[in-house]
Amino acid sequence: MTETILRVLIYGLLSGGIYALISMGLNLQYGVARVLNIAHGEFIMVAAFLTYTLYIGLGINPLLSAAISGPLLFALAFAIHRTLFKSLRTRAPSQGAFEGNSLLAAFGLLFVIQSVATLIWGTHVRAYTYLNVGVDFAGTTYTANRLVAFGVALGVSAVFYFFVTRSRLGKAIRAAAQDPATAGLMGVNINQVLALGFGLGALLASLAGLLISMYNTLTTGMGLPYTVIALIVIVLGGLGSIPGSLIAGLIIGITGEIVATLWDPSLSVVVYYGIFLLLLLLRPAGILGKR
Amino acid sequence: MDVTRLLKPRKLLVPGLLFVLLIFLVTFPFYGLPVYYVVLFFTFFLFAILAMSWAMFSGPTGYMSLATAVFLGVGIYTTTILYSFVKRDILSTLPVDALQPVVTVFLIGAVAAGGLVSFIFALLIGLVTLRLKGVYFTIFTFGLIVFVMQLVLFLEIHITGTRGRSLILPGTGAPLAGTTTIYYIMLGILIATVVTAYFIRRSRLGLAMQCIGGNEEAAAHMGVDTTRVKVLSFAISAAFMGAVGAIMAPRLTYIDPGIAFNMLYSFMPVLMAVFGGMGKLYGPVIGAVIFTYLQRTLMTELPQYYMLTFGIILIICVLFLPGGLVGLIPTLRSRLGRLTVKLRKGREARQHANT
Repeated sequence: MTETILRVLIYGLLSGGIYALISMGLNLQYGVARVLNIAHGEFIMVAAFLTYTLYIGLGINPLLSAAISGPLLFALAFAIHRTLFKSLRTRAPSQGAFEGNSLLAAFGLLFVIQSVATLIWGTHVRAYTYLNVGVDFAGTTYTANRLVAFGVALGVSAVFYFFVTRSRLGKAIRAAAQDPATAGLMGVNINQVLALGFGLGALLASLAGLLISMYNTLTTGMGLPYTVIALIVIVLGGLGSIPGSLIAGLIIGITGEIVATLWDPSLSVVVYYGIFLLLLLLRPAGILGKR
Repeated sequence: MDVTRLLKPRKLLVPGLLFVLLIFLVTFPFYGLPVYYVVLFFTFFLFAILAMSWAMFSGPTGYMSLATAVFLGVGIYTTTILYSFVKRDILSTLPVDALQPVVTVFLIGAVAAGGLVSFIFALLIGLVTLRLKGVYFTIFTFGLIVFVMQLVLFLEIHITGTRGRSLILPGTGAPLAGTTTIYYIMLGILIATVVTAYFIRRSRLGLAMQCIGGNEEAAAHMGVDTTRVKVLSFAISAAFMGAVGAIMAPRLTYIDPGIAFNMLYSFMPVLMAVFGGMGKLYGPVIGAVIFTYLQRTLMTELPQYYMLTFGIILIICVLFLPGGLVGLIPTLRSRLGRLTVKLRKGREARQHANT
């Protein structure tokens, strides 16, 4: 019994760490750049396929390929923000109008990225094996790749947290998130910082995609479910709160694992929504965020 | 009363054109064209209804709903579940010749039921979620598709013990309705949608919705019961989505949660309404017709590029066409006006020079 509980908890944490990483990226993009990036999962998917291609084609270690896929996706997202979202921002009459329009544009991005990826990689299910060795712990065998993925996810989250709270650039990002106009007056290059926030979100997504590719199968449609989970996590954890995303990510991971063990894996999403609804009814102020 | 004033040509132009269009659509299936065109036309109707009913709520209020697929799916399942009862208790006792008319009557009833079920479902959802502001509402409706789909899948597998259901006539195994039947029922729903959308725009409800879209707090202070207006208009728009879903079911013949709750049906109406423009009643209809046609041709010619094209068009639209296609009309008109003024001035100047 204790063994089962421990196993469920550990598996939950293993998924939760990845969810937290994904959600932090999305939270950053919405919190700073005010873009509810529905295409977030597509960046995860692209990174996963890049990792796969680099490993199978060139034999580059998946963990090291972050040095290639990370900067690549960061640059892509940075460029997208500097062109598409910046021009939407300058044209929008109000914050609300910008958020609505950028959401629509992000839908467009979702379609574009997903179909380009399908043109490149096809519709086959892909997978590779890396670190697929068993590690015994507390009576259950876990595969090493999942443990490594969890460790890396936590490490990256910690580094990211200290970057945002301690560094000068992190301070500029937080200032831009609070009030772009005032931050601009205080000498923050606002367009640069907003694009940076958006790019960093994509960087986190790319790392998550890399880690997911180590233990999961890949299809070009894999991104959207992760976006949905990330959306639920940031609503649960609170907008703009990085520790909130981390904790909520772990909670969602564990909940999903409990539901999958007790009832049915397909019910996880239903239960996430149950939690979401319950919180909404009990503590609407917590969910309404900044207002 | 001066009768000639009523007969002014400009006033009669729009109703006249609408009347001609209506006659054309009603008689369309009798022109002896291939079935493909009848199917194409009711696909136009389907997306026109979805885009219009989406724009009915989301256009004026600014609450972007992605729940279209949910209500469509609710309609599809309403027909499917009702049919499983009818099939067992009534249809199996009827002679084969009497089947078709009975089924047609059943389908009309199912459309009404689908609309009603969607309406009630939307009332419940609206009461809980319309307190959410802006983007949070969109997030919620977006996840709702996955939620309802998984829930229905779970219930189907664990309670009814099936994954999918088929909608065919007992004995012959033919589809429930021919293309012409579906065509006319969809046309009926379309007309109902257009009429409702027209009257809502001019009613107190429509004005209240526009107030909410402009500034919700101010609207509340002016005495608009914002929750009531939002929930009611959300539910009315959902009723049409449910109704059209109910008649889509016999066209699908095989139904499972993945087919009934397809996310594309949430995205497409948004795309169509934004592209066509929501400033005018017919904007979403124009968007629906263009995109349905594009979808049909691209799907057969270049299936890989179909989603890509949609994505690019959507981005271009958001960037350069904020009012959609109908938003271009005032710009074009003023350009045209300036052009005629310039021409006239030129002519006058020339006449001046001649004298």
